[in-house]
Amino acid sequence: MDLYTEIILDHYKDPQNSGTLTNPTVQVVEHNPTCGDKIHLDLKITDNKVTQIAHESEGCAISIASMSLVSDEIIGKSLEEILKLDKDYIFELLHVEISAGRIKCALLGLAAIKHAILQHQQNG
Amino acid sequence: MIDFPFLKTGIHYLDNAATTQKPASVINAITEHYENGTANVHRGIHSLSEQATDQYEATRQAVADFINAKPEQIIFTKGTTESINIVAHSHDFTAEDEIIVSALEHHSNLVPWQQTKAKLRVIPLKEDLSLDLEAYKKLLSPNTKLVAITAMSNVLGTITPLQEIIDLAHANDTKVLVDAAQYASHFAIDMQKLKPDFLALSSHKMLGPTGVGILYTAHDLKPMQFGGDMILTVSQYESTFAPMPTKMEAGTPNIADVIAFKAALETLTKIGFDKIATHDTELLNYAIEKFSAHPEVTLYTPPNQAAVLSFNVKGSHPHDIASVFNEFKVAIRSGQHCAEPLMNTLGVPATARMSFHIYNTTADIDQAEKALEKVIKLFS
Ligand SMILES: Cc1ncc(COP(=O)(O)O)c(C=O)c1O
Repeated sequence: MDLYTEIILDHYKDPQNSGTLTNPTVQVVEHNPTCGDKIHLDLKITDNKVTQIAHESEGCAISIASMSLVSDEIIGKSLEEILKLDKDYIFELLHVEISAGRIKCALLGLAAIKHAILQHQQNG
Repeated sequence: MIDFPFLKTGIHYLDNAATTQKPASVINAITEHYENGTANVHRGIHSLSEQATDQYEATRQAVADFINAKPEQIIFTKGTTESINIVAHSHDFTAEDEIIVSALEHHSNLVPWQQTKAKLRVIPLKEDLSLDLEAYKKLLSPNTKLVAITAMSNVLGTITPLQEIIDLAHANDTKVLVDAAQYASHFAIDMQKLKPDFLALSSHKMLGPTGVGILYTAHDLKPMQFGGDMILTVSQYESTFAPMPTKMEAGTPNIADVIAFKAALETLTKIGFDKIATHDTELLNYAIEKFSAHPEVTLYTPPNQAAVLSFNVKGSHPHDIASVFNEFKVAIRSGQHCAEPLMNTLGVPATARMSFHIYNTTADIDQAEKALEKVIKLFS
């Protein structure tokens, strides 16, 4: 199967929710040290729900498309719901088979979101 | 013709700087040892043990012949990384001492030196990506205790001016360690001419098995590990150590792979480094010609380049390049190649890299160009 489907290429070339928020509740930077991918993520959290998200991502098509796709999906979801999302959920969003070597790329965006939420919860 | 069984897979393997494929003679030597020759070395009177010991030591002699050194100067390690760490461990550097490395180094010839007390000095690259020898001359000082330098860059394929670097260091009373992990698979090395103090290499990049490396040393060294085999006498509370190189090889070594490494050296010798160099140049020039015809491609081409070609494609990340190449059955490396500081020098997050060896042909590059055209279509 072709890895670079139209969905992935579209989201890579024109990612949803890219940029920064003026008043984020929480901010994180997520790295993938093996390839140098980097995501700056801002979340706005209101009433235990993600209400706004913005990211600035440098990286490969898989990591950026994944970040873009998941960013659209989590708006309105509760923090607990988001923390339960797993890799199968991401694979469904991407609609392609991800080989072992690219799994880290595919999961970077979700990892960034979960880190941001955990950081927010720790800060009370 | 040398038999490389992997050729049957139909994969266009252009990741030889990471590790090379193995000839049948190497694979057979491993099987032969485990089927008919398994025994420990240096510890038995029985024939199998004597045979294993003879074969193990025969590889040491073969390595010595291969690089024109003496067998007692050859230490078996598990690879270049361990070889370099042994040298770093063996020296007591002080905060006044300085160690010079180059901007081209693989992490394994950088991180061990960062762990010492010595200050690191770095030979920069010039605009054309060659080493700045004038800067090197200025870096050499009375405090310079060691120069640790690659003979060939795993990212750019740059051949460094080794002899000049070593001679200048020695004139300054400074020792030199050469990282020959890439170089030793493509060029002949002569210790009597080059005269480095230490040289490290890896079998697996030279058509041989993984898990075997060499540290050549012109000096006595301090053991990093202690235990069986490396001792002379042991009493309950203290021990004396065997002479070099035995004292550097504690414990049961990687017997099968060391024995099989000899078959790899014989293969390289049989092919001949003249032929390897000619073949490398032909493929590199062909790849540069093919890839530079596409304006979306950036090629990294230093002077004195061999067998390695790093590149980028406009609008695409190297991981995506490698994934598309993989769809075309072309195996290349993408990422930072264990050389993060060099990526920063080049001003890119990563590169894609093709690297060649004797079994590659222009057909592999033609297939790579087809994959490249797909990358350009998708991303540029
Ligand atoms: C230039 C260079 N130095 C050192 C190493 C480390 O070799 P090894 O991983 O076999 O220890 C490599 C290979 O990865 C290399 O290309």
